[in-house]
Amino acid sequence: MRKPRAHHGRILRQAFAVLLTLGAVNAQTGSKDSVYAELAKAPSKAAARRNPLQSDPDAVAAGAKLFASHCTECHGDTADGGKKAPSLRAPEVQQSTPGALFWLLTNGVVRRGMPVWSKLPEPQRWQLVSFIKSLTPATQPSANDEKHPITEGQALRLSYPPRHLITVVP
Amino acid sequence: MTDVPTYLALCFWLFALSLFLVAVPAQSQESPYFVTYDHYLEEPGSLELEYSSTFGTQRGGNDFHAFWGEFEYGATAWWTAEFYFDGQTTFNESTIFTGFRWENRIRVLQREHFINPVLYMEYEHISGADKILKEIEGHDGEADNAVPNVLARREHKNELELKLLLSKTLKGWNIAENTLAAKNLANSPWEFGYAIGASRPLALKASAQRCSFCRENFVAGLEMYGGLGDRHSFGLHDTSHYLAPVVAWNLPSNWTLRLSPGFGLNDNSHRFLLRWGVAREFSGFGSAIARVFGGRP
Repeated sequence: MRKPRAHHGRILRQAFAVLLTLGAVNAQTGSKDSVYAELAKAPSKAAARRNPLQSDPDAVAAGAKLFASHCTECHGDTADGGKKAPSLRAPEVQQSTPGALFWLLTNGVVRRGMPVWSKLPEPQRWQLVSFIKSLTPATQPSANDEKHPITEGQALRLSYPPRHLITVVP
Repeated sequence: MTDVPTYLALCFWLFALSLFLVAVPAQSQESPYFVTYDHYLEEPGSLELEYSSTFGTQRGGNDFHAFWGEFEYGATAWWTAEFYFDGQTTFNESTIFTGFRWENRIRVLQREHFINPVLYMEYEHISGADKILKEIEGHDGEADNAVPNVLARREHKNELELKLLLSKTLKGWNIAENTLAAKNLANSPWEFGYAIGASRPLALKASAQRCSFCRENFVAGLEMYGGLGDRHSFGLHDTSHYLAPVVAWNLPSNWTLRLSPGFGLNDNSHRFLLRWGVAREFSGFGSAIARVFGGRP
């Protein structure tokens, strides 16, 4: 007869292996997809919400304090992003509505590593939105652009057509 | 010769000291509960170290001071793992190491919903002298803890514990309910228990200045927990129950202090439990470890 202690050990090892596999699958998923795309998934009602602290003179400073406490580890001290999380100065973020940012903060992007921040009371999440919207937008392509390079057609629409792409027909 | 508890305590503090040197701190936003869990997990890559104590009065025996060290790590945004070391001092008797626990919490749904479920799985290897009362299950009662350490420590338990954590935060209030099913793997019946809690920060808006005594740094609430019998005798008969106000103080210096006086609600319960805890969160612990081993942070 099998010893109970050995049996328990085997169950524990199997459970640990399953959890590790789940973690690895999650990490793979997180590296492939764009977190920016999640902003577009905000329901229209949520995206249309206005920031109730928009005219609060302390909202940006309070939001900066909250950002330093909770967000800099992944988004960087200057919100320019890093290996774990994207830049918050990117056009995708800066052009989003306050409501969409609030929705994303509330729900997180759990499969891609962004935690749910509904544990912060609602006014604090709006303060964070105020701070994020106060950031100077990035002038250079965001870190995410490397994963999703601009196509030739997009480049032509965004800027003057580069000379070397123009073919002169005699 | 150094005994085992002293050696473990030394290891714990050396490890904690080393973390101060390698990890980046961040202010934590901890719940004030000692027994109830809400649906919020540790941030990915963050490690929280916590020391907690329970002082309990004991009729028909000696009062006790049980304590545990806790390592809580955010493996992903949907999975948090924790490891506990338990011990206790029973006054006029002895101080003993009582076992360890390994716990996992997994978030089921990707987004916030009206109610947010989290699955909880724990394996415990503890002795019969364990008195941390981190959960009350089955027919647990005050009389169980009156057994002298020298006898109680002879009993060893391998226990599997499953919980369904349900939680919701609305207008600053967190409401959480936990249902517990535990089984001693040595052919004992399933035992059941519950915990419910409600808490709220004293202020919902953050102040613009860095401050220790701002109202938003304090979270206060109430929790209630107890046993629900076992598979053969489910219900409130011969079970113990507690009501406990809770308060947490989240300091900007990255520490969290928690305090909770608990009161027994029936004759099977300890009359009074006083719990306190101190925790520190280390953000970026996973990245720091990856750097040490030359991996990708």
